Amino acid sequence: MYDTIIELRVRNHPGVMSHITGLFSRRAFNLEGIICGPVGDGTQSRMILLVNKNHRLDQMIKQLEKLYDVLAVSIREDPDRVHYPWVYGQG
Amino acid sequence: MEFNGAQMIIHLLERQGIKILFGIPGGANLPIYEALYHSNLRHILARHEQGAGFIAQGMARSTGRVAVCMATSGPGATNLLTAIADAKLDSVPMVAITGQVPAPLIGTDAFQEVDTYGLTLPITKHNFLVQDTEELLEVIPEAFRIAQSGRPGPVVVDVPKDIQARTMDVQRWPDPAQAAPLPECDGSIISRMADMIHQAERPVFYIGGGVIAADAAEVLKQLARKNTIPVTSTLMGLGAVAHDDPLFLGMLGMHGNAQTNVIMARADLIIALRIRFDDRATGKIEEFCPGAAIIHVDVDPSEIDKLKNATLGVCGDVKEILTRLLPEIKNDERKAWQGDMAALKPSRAFACPESKDMNHPASIIRFIGDFVPEDTIITTDVGQHQMWTAQPYPFRHPMTFLTSGGLGTMGFGLPAAIGAALAHPDQKIVCISGDGSFLMNLQELATLAENRLNIAIVILNNGHLGLVRQQQELFYDNHIFASRFDTSPDFAAIARGFGVMAVDLAQANDPKRALAKALAQPGPCLIHAKVHSQLNVYPMVPPGASNLEMIGGNNHV
Repeated sequence: MYDTIIELRVRNHPGVMSHITGLFSRRAFNLEGIICGPVGDGTQSRMILLVNKNHRLDQMIKQLEKLYDVLAVSIREDPDRVHYPWVYGQG
Repeated sequence: MEFNGAQMIIHLLERQGIKILFGIPGGANLPIYEALYHSNLRHILARHEQGAGFIAQGMARSTGRVAVCMATSGPGATNLLTAIADAKLDSVPMVAITGQVPAPLIGTDAFQEVDTYGLTLPITKHNFLVQDTEELLEVIPEAFRIAQSGRPGPVVVDVPKDIQARTMDVQRWPDPAQAAPLPECDGSIISRMADMIHQAERPVFYIGGGVIAADAAEVLKQLARKNTIPVTSTLMGLGAVAHDDPLFLGMLGMHGNAQTNVIMARADLIIALRIRFDDRATGKIEEFCPGAAIIHVDVDPSEIDKLKNATLGVCGDVKEILTRLLPEIKNDERKAWQGDMAALKPSRAFACPESKDMNHPASIIRFIGDFVPEDTIITTDVGQHQMWTAQPYPFRHPMTFLTSGGLGTMGFGLPAAIGAALAHPDQKIVCISGDGSFLMNLQELATLAENRLNIAIVILNNGHLGLVRQQQELFYDNHIFASRFDTSPDFAAIARGFGVMAVDLAQANDPKRALAKALAQPGPCLIHAKVHSQLNVYPMVPPGASNLEMIGGNNHV
């Protein structure tokens, strides 16, 4: 059940997406959707990750928090689909 | 004042307190070497970038401070990868500075271009691809701060050649980076730790290399003595507590002390300090310490509850936490628990035979321990000789045992010994190696000969990849395949060919005396010892099995 959205604030540079996706693949965390865009003056981006809620979510968050380019991590459970239509394929 | 990027890097390294670095020059880092030429930094020329990486590791592991290695782009960077990955898994503070093709050529498959950033991403604590000369002022100190803060680790800084060459006016240099301070542990957590320890009847300290890295070995021993809590260690934690300390249980796990694995299963409280519940230490994790409550102290929050849920997870500086815990802990002799353990634990419960057989690796390793000064730094390669060193060698001090624990890299021993010798010119360094491992970085004999370092290399030659042969014997129907060497080089002649003195114990009338004599003399020396070819390291927990399913555990003690 893909019901958890992780919202990240990250430094905006060319390698940051690799850092995030690399973490998910090498630790075998599931990652079902990802979207990213610059915010403010462009030095930071917001990244939204769709994951499924399981016992590894806590570990996922801790590993994300360790990444140098990740400035903030927050979780949104049962997200308001109106705000994230892209995640659900414009359902 | 005008500086180019390369000069800025060197100046920033000097401000960081770096006096010596290790590497190999090539096309894409020549501006850095030109800046080195004009600097007072000492550069040690390795003969392979992996050697440079492990020399840096030897320095970092034996001092606890960040060490620096250098490589050019392409093959220079790929050759460094193993040493970087090794530093990541063993949490070694290291900064690797790699040259990259000029920025406009990145992505064009230019000569000696490789995606160093992409390759090092999963094996570093963090990595940087410098985009602009000005960025160096931020990135270099930041690399040092990251490498040494919290749980240490390797950082790669990839610098395109044009960024090294471009000049800029530097008005003000940034302050040298220091380790970021760790948050203080909450007092109520310390009290809860004390309560759990007081309520426990059968507590055990289970410590890892982080206890050494955090300089917490002394306070740990005080705490252990005050409340009579035995201490077991992972491979990485050896040296934190002296081998003959009455509370020391030796190593646990796959090739650990058989009694210790039994004691761990009986414990009702595991106080896990800077360990990561590695599979080599825990065996089948579901069956590890099933009846015990767990206090897990680590500096890395992601280690807590990663593999084993802690009853009490404590994130912070283990030294600070133990120091504050000490006055809250009562004196206790724990006679019942001591009695239980004594019933299990023979005085020297090592798995190796106590024989004086000079063809048994464990005997030779014991003799090395007898012959060299107490503060000698031991490095090993990976395999049977590594486990035989971990089991009986009389370690007494933190940072005197340098070994590749997490990644298990053959070829680690010699370059790590070189790094340790450069950091501790007045100390004896002994590299204990095997005939398989030694060939994996033997080119560094040239670096050793050139620098006339105080290193004795002991090659325990069993003509096999011994630990592979052992697993094939035990778990693959004795199908010994690709683990026996049909030919063996003349190691003594190889050493002499590099200009390093060599002794072959097989040629000596009195091998034990020849060993003592070779170890006693200063300068580089290779000691070749032919050993039994069919020995196994016991006990052995089969991979994936519980720590209580030890092969040879009782028969071989």
